[in-house]
Amino acid sequence: MAVKLLLDKAHIPNIRYYDVYRREGGYTSLEKALTSMTPESILEEVKKSGLRGRGGAGFPTGLKWSFIAKPEGVPRHLVCNADESEPGTFKDRYLMEFLPHLLIEGLVISSFVLGSNATYIYIRGEYAWIPDILEQAISEAKANGWLGKNILGTGFDCEIYVQRGAGAYICGEETALIESLEGKRGNPRIKPPFPAIKGVWDRPTVVNNVETLAAVVPIIRIGGEEYARIGVGRSSGTKLMSACGNINKPGVYEIDMTISVEEFIYSDEFCGGIANGKRLKACIPGGSSVPILPANLLLKTAKGETRYMNYESLSDGGFATGSMMGSGGFIVLDEDQCIVKHTFTLARFYRHESCGQCSPCREGTGWMEKILKNIDTGKGKMSDIDLLWDIQSKIEGNTICPLGDAAAWPVAAAIRHFRDEFEWHVKNPTTCLTKNYGIAHYADEIHVPVIA
Amino acid sequence: MSEQQFFKVIIDNVSIDVPAGTTILEAARKIGGDVAPPAMCFYSKLKGSGGKCRTCLVEVSKGSEKDPRPMPKLVASCRTTVMDGMEVKNITSSKVTDARAGVVEFLLLNHPLDCPICDQAGECHLQDLSYEHGKAGTRYEFQRRTFKKHNLGPYIQLHMTRCILCYRCVYTADQLTNSRSHGVLDRGDHAEIATFIENNLENDFIGNVIDVCPVGALTDKTFRFKNRVWFLKPLDAHRDCPKCTGKVTLWNRGDEVFRVTARKDEWGEVEDWICNECRFDKKKTSDWVIEGPRNISRHSVISQGHYVNTITSQETFEAVNEGRQPKLLFDIHSKSDVNKTGVSLSLIDGPAVSTDFTS
Ligand SMILES: Cc1cc2nc3c(=O)[nH]c(=O)nc-3n(C[C@H](O)[C@H](O)[C@H](O)COP(=O)(O)O)c2cc1C
Ligand code: SF4
Ligand code: SF4
Ligand code: FES
Repeated sequence: MAVKLLLDKAHIPNIRYYDVYRREGGYTSLEKALTSMTPESILEEVKKSGLRGRGGAGFPTGLKWSFIAKPEGVPRHLVCNADESEPGTFKDRYLMEFLPHLLIEGLVISSFVLGSNATYIYIRGEYAWIPDILEQAISEAKANGWLGKNILGTGFDCEIYVQRGAGAYICGEETALIESLEGKRGNPRIKPPFPAIKGVWDRPTVVNNVETLAAVVPIIRIGGEEYARIGVGRSSGTKLMSACGNINKPGVYEIDMTISVEEFIYSDEFCGGIANGKRLKACIPGGSSVPILPANLLLKTAKGETRYMNYESLSDGGFATGSMMGSGGFIVLDEDQCIVKHTFTLARFYRHESCGQCSPCREGTGWMEKILKNIDTGKGKMSDIDLLWDIQSKIEGNTICPLGDAAAWPVAAAIRHFRDEFEWHVKNPTTCLTKNYGIAHYADEIHVPVIA
Repeated sequence: MSEQQFFKVIIDNVSIDVPAGTTILEAARKIGGDVAPPAMCFYSKLKGSGGKCRTCLVEVSKGSEKDPRPMPKLVASCRTTVMDGMEVKNITSSKVTDARAGVVEFLLLNHPLDCPICDQAGECHLQDLSYEHGKAGTRYEFQRRTFKKHNLGPYIQLHMTRCILCYRCVYTADQLTNSRSHGVLDRGDHAEIATFIENNLENDFIGNVIDVCPVGALTDKTFRFKNRVWFLKPLDAHRDCPKCTGKVTLWNRGDEVFRVTARKDEWGEVEDWICNECRFDKKKTSDWVIEGPRNISRHSVISQGHYVNTITSQETFEAVNEGRQPKLLFDIHSKSDVNKTGVSLSLIDGPAVSTDFTS
């Protein structure tokens, strides 16, 4: 049984409410942090824990916190990124719905470290019912003295405000989020300056993912060193995975990053195998932006070693033969899924969500979508495949924010690993409308799972 | 104040000392010629502009003296400040020229290319950019984007299909007028310049959006379809204006004023902002004190060679590329009977007629 640090109490009825959360040991980390630790010593624990940002990029949280500028007399802010709009990712939603107090507790501790007296939760607009849950938790926490003025007599004041987004994926990008929070159009800013120097209202700001901030609670409870012992190497602690697609048990799972991809997909403790007795074709292991991998490269690295569910192993082989942990949105595709249609769907998403500031992303995403639609509907040409490759290469790295890259990578990976399927679509313009390419050729060696 | 600190940068093998805080683009402009990257969105007089179009991307092959590592990606030179000892490659980097050709293709992807009926033709930065950095032909096989038309009132004509979303007009309205009534609505490839809800652009100084717009998306309605810019004589003129400096360029044919614009410098940027009255209402030569022919310092393909004392950019290419010859722009005038080189529009008496060019 894997270690659980975040979801260990999630199944307890009414854990959403203060009394139950408190009875189950809630707010003891906050108490410990504020009464027996200093911001510096908490920061030290977070650094020791090796916690890495769970929002996608995996940047070490302690290091990020230490970058925050501290000019005299200027307020600083912590912003919790709850915009969660990456297709295939829904772990933050689960945390906020079931364990809002865990997030609040993490937020207050982190605010204490960063010196944020006004902390914001920026939540995706489509999560329409969650702000109520959060706000209720906030008022309960406040009524019990964990929030507000002079918390636990330490002299530290902290308020948490919930701000709803208006339905734009780009507002999950931290600087677009900041613009939107300020009430402006959610265009990503040009960096530098980074938020740690000039963030919300030009004040030093740290933006962290919901899961990252929630993880601060167990880190304080068990200590940074103990936390770092869970997992492997630089992938310390536990990670929430949002598993979806053609699996028997879609849902949010907490893993300790030591299990293999194969175990995660096939074990009954997690995804429970591919649904309807089908075979695994491909998988996007970390949310829609990361490269898709065919079955053979997913379960084993190019070197033939077992691939594990952690930052390093998932990215083993670089983009040529590997992928990324990303935000942990684990999307599984079985043999009946069409890679071309799937890539088209993603391209359509990125075209629709581009903010339109920079020309390569604004124009390139639309172009890729149109070409992919043609190929998908049997109107493609052979030259379209190379053209797609060229377009994505002209977008990648040449844009203001990583959305451009996020739009380019899925297309690049699909062509890299599934080129024959694209060619089949072009050569069989009528058959491809009614039949699937399946897994006939590229995954010839069908893997027999060890765990059933 | 402490003494101004100077940084040494090398751009395309040419070295220059600039004050700390200077951007790569500004440093390159000081060198001039081909070394200066094209800029479609940056405007030195508008705070916050730049970073968007990506035409000014350059390669930083050495970060600084202290940290010589190259930067991993191409950077927007208009928004990246120089460091001491930095080495930058612009036209000497094939990565840059490739990426730039890609950006030009993206910018032209949905552009209607309706230059024959566009008032901006002849002074359009997108025309220049395409000639200098683009590739012949397009690989785009889809219908180009269209928009619902919006009327912006009596002064300004909007052609959204031509817009490259550089945001310059947005910054102009923010920084020059007392309130902004237009902006970018929606997002991605469906983003558009519009007012909300249907509004006229009439605030004083809003006329300057016409001058900052690099393309024909915002043009002067009082000049619409009246003439081609290359048939007009640009004259420096001024008047006593209570609101602005009153320093303008008149675009005349004989004695008739066809349009009034701000004076633009060698990079196509406005020297002094002008008010709406000077621009839209003072359309008689007698309203103005004429100073003489305007020196046009633009390198526009069509206006080339037709203005007196045209300042052509100094040729840096040979120095930069170790003696290799510069690429030649297609010189339309040497091929065409109509626009003969050596005919200076500013010197023709009265209206120019076609025989002025063919003789
Ligand atoms: C287009 C785009 C969308 C993003 N969406 C989210 C999001 O929904 N939630 C999130 O936590 N981070 C998102 N990020 C990452 C954030 O920019 C930022 O890196 C993150 O919030 C940092 O938190 P962390 O250090 O805790 O991971 C997004 C990034 C990009 C480029
Ligand atoms: S990459 Fe796309 S989403 Fe990001 S700033 Fe540029 S246009 Fe906007
Ligand atoms: S209308 Fe002109 S100035 Fe305004 S964003 Fe479009 S191209 Fe730029
Ligand atoms: S001029 Fe630098 S990005 Fe547009």
